Amino acid sequence: MDRFEKQAMALALSLVLMFLGLIVYAAKGLQADLPTCLPNARLFERGRLVEVGPNRYQVDAVAFMWGFDMGQLNTIKIPHGAVVDFYVTSRDVMHGYHIDKTLVNLKAIPGAVTYSRVKFDRPGEYQIVCHEYCGLGHQNMAGKVIVE
Amino acid sequence: MQTTQAIPIKGAIRFILLSQLVIPFILLILGVLLGLYQVLARAGIIKSADIFGVNYYQGLTLHGVINAIVFTTFFAVAFGNAIMLHQLQRPLKTGVQWASWVLMVGGTLMAAWAMLTGRATVLYTFYLPMVAHWTFYVGATLLLVGSILPYFLDWIPNTLAWRRANPDKKLPLAVLGNLVNFTLWFLIILPLATTVLFQMLPMSLGLAQEANVLLSRTLFWFFGHALVYFWLLPAYIMLYTMLPKLAGGKLYSDPAARLAFLLFLLFSIPVGLHHQYTEGGLSSGWKLWHAFLTFMVALPSFITAFTIAASLEHAGRNNGAHGLFGWMSKLPYWNKTGDRWLFAYLIAGLILFLFGGITGIVNGSYNLNLVVHNTAWIVGHFHTTVGGLVALSFLGMTLYLIAKLRGTEVKMKPLALAAPYLWMVGFVIFEIALSITGLQGAPRRSNIGISYLDPTNELLYRADWLFWSHVGALGGTIAVLGFLCYTVSLAGTLLAKPVKQPELDFPISEAVHEETTPLVVNLRPWVAATLLLIAISYTYPVYESMTRGVLAKSAGYQSIENNLVPQSALREQTKLP
Repeated sequence: MDRFEKQAMALALSLVLMFLGLIVYAAKGLQADLPTCLPNARLFERGRLVEVGPNRYQVDAVAFMWGFDMGQLNTIKIPHGAVVDFYVTSRDVMHGYHIDKTLVNLKAIPGAVTYSRVKFDRPGEYQIVCHEYCGLGHQNMAGKVIVE
Repeated sequence: MQTTQAIPIKGAIRFILLSQLVIPFILLILGVLLGLYQVLARAGIIKSADIFGVNYYQGLTLHGVINAIVFTTFFAVAFGNAIMLHQLQRPLKTGVQWASWVLMVGGTLMAAWAMLTGRATVLYTFYLPMVAHWTFYVGATLLLVGSILPYFLDWIPNTLAWRRANPDKKLPLAVLGNLVNFTLWFLIILPLATTVLFQMLPMSLGLAQEANVLLSRTLFWFFGHALVYFWLLPAYIMLYTMLPKLAGGKLYSDPAARLAFLLFLLFSIPVGLHHQYTEGGLSSGWKLWHAFLTFMVALPSFITAFTIAASLEHAGRNNGAHGLFGWMSKLPYWNKTGDRWLFAYLIAGLILFLFGGITGIVNGSYNLNLVVHNTAWIVGHFHTTVGGLVALSFLGMTLYLIAKLRGTEVKMKPLALAAPYLWMVGFVIFEIALSITGLQGAPRRSNIGISYLDPTNELLYRADWLFWSHVGALGGTIAVLGFLCYTVSLAGTLLAKPVKQPELDFPISEAVHEETTPLVVNLRPWVAATLLLIAISYTYPVYESMTRGVLAKSAGYQSIENNLVPQSALREQTKLP
């Protein structure tokens, strides 16, 4: 292999290693990490919204054909500045749980619980979009987080 | 690298090769038209749940299965057969080829029946616990089994015989690429067959009432990402072995090409978890490991970018170019002499693939994936990869092979030349538009025209998605115009009177750098390293998947009946139990 080829390969390798370094920094340093395995996750069949501390909330969301049970149906209200833990599962087929303008982008899988935490700094309406195909009513499956 | 003579071709093998190209193309016409409906429906230009009695999601299933599985698999087998026959100059066994043909065509017909009659509206990823009619699973399995038969019974024996007869020669580059591709294919069919035969089929037949969904997904994506390299490698074979000659030059480096193919073998499979980033039940540490390997599989594509650009520069200078960038203007972008028209398909595909490569690195980037996961961004991405380089190179080669196998000239060459450029422009527009709507949060795989883009729907309406969805529809329409041009030229070529003997021939390039290194000659250590890396990367995630995730089945195709509920009632949403 000639000189130029070796240089091109070295450049490509350093580029991807740089990307990887930035990713690890964002995940572990800036806490923008992916959902992980929760070894002791309790399974739940009903949705609920509970205040677990001062301005801290927990949402158990059960996705179904075609809506989100979060204690209330499809819509929840949260004060702004609140830190919210989302636990998501499904009671029938696979669904998606993507909250607009946040990094909450989860898959609702029957039999498994997926988790993400987010802080709502700005008041407003955040749409929850089901983004995994779940049957013929899929396009109508959406919810809302109203941050007051 | 060796160049080989054209060989005459007749009888059963000629019929099998021709039909392996024509049958999936006929289905592809349906797949493309449904794609047009989808892009118009997503923009709200057509506001309906179905078209000509085909439901949106039923059509989406057909679009995905036909375009991404049936068309690609048939083409890969036909192209693989043609490459082995031409490069090794050894006959294929008629019995093996017929068995493969019957399984593939029969399987396709079974699955097509299930999809067309609304019994398998489960999309081409058919995630459990959505369940399709058993004919869908059995049909898909037969298609895959049929596609692997030539590899074991024709190609490997012929390669071994060639090696014995030519102990001093390097394996032809195209043969190496093809063997790597089907070795990959065999390895990934195994986990897919496991979940299809032992999880999906029993539920479909009513023998089982529950299945581990997470395990099924992990097995599916063991298959699902390497699948994209199974689509890509035939295109890479054309880029490495044919594009330089079509451009008027030589391949810059033969050993670099071999290294790229072998790196694909090593890194293509243990990256599946990057499709499962947003799932609980799998540890983020293992997701990061798969993200690292995903970046490693970008390396052979970087090598390819360098080698192909260098080969094109070599060709441009051969054609009389001067200066640093002069070679770019001295390439046969619009050349009707002989087989030079094929260049247009490969270069248009390459330009699209630039977009696909960059967006692909974003998708694979671990936490960055949270921004784009399952949004329209992903749809933009893969219409420039499988819908870009792969589709264009496959269509170009289909036209090329049909003309050779029938002994005719390609008819209406201006249309055949306009097709890839229209397709390219269309999908560049489509890609940009869908990337933007994706970043705005528009979901993929959703008939958003009747929900988020319906102004009368106060709950869901998203005016901010409207403009770029319309731009996406424009891009999709331009691409379909390109496909139309192609179809006219192909039909003309299929119906034209033969003017010479049917033959099999490829424009195989010579190489500038031929010297070889032992690293890329001996395949055994590469296969061993591949198996080891798969074992390291998948043992724990599969174990983790098996410890959780069990639920009863839910019939995907039965949801058709639920669709009869009026849209207004759906908007009110189902009451809580």
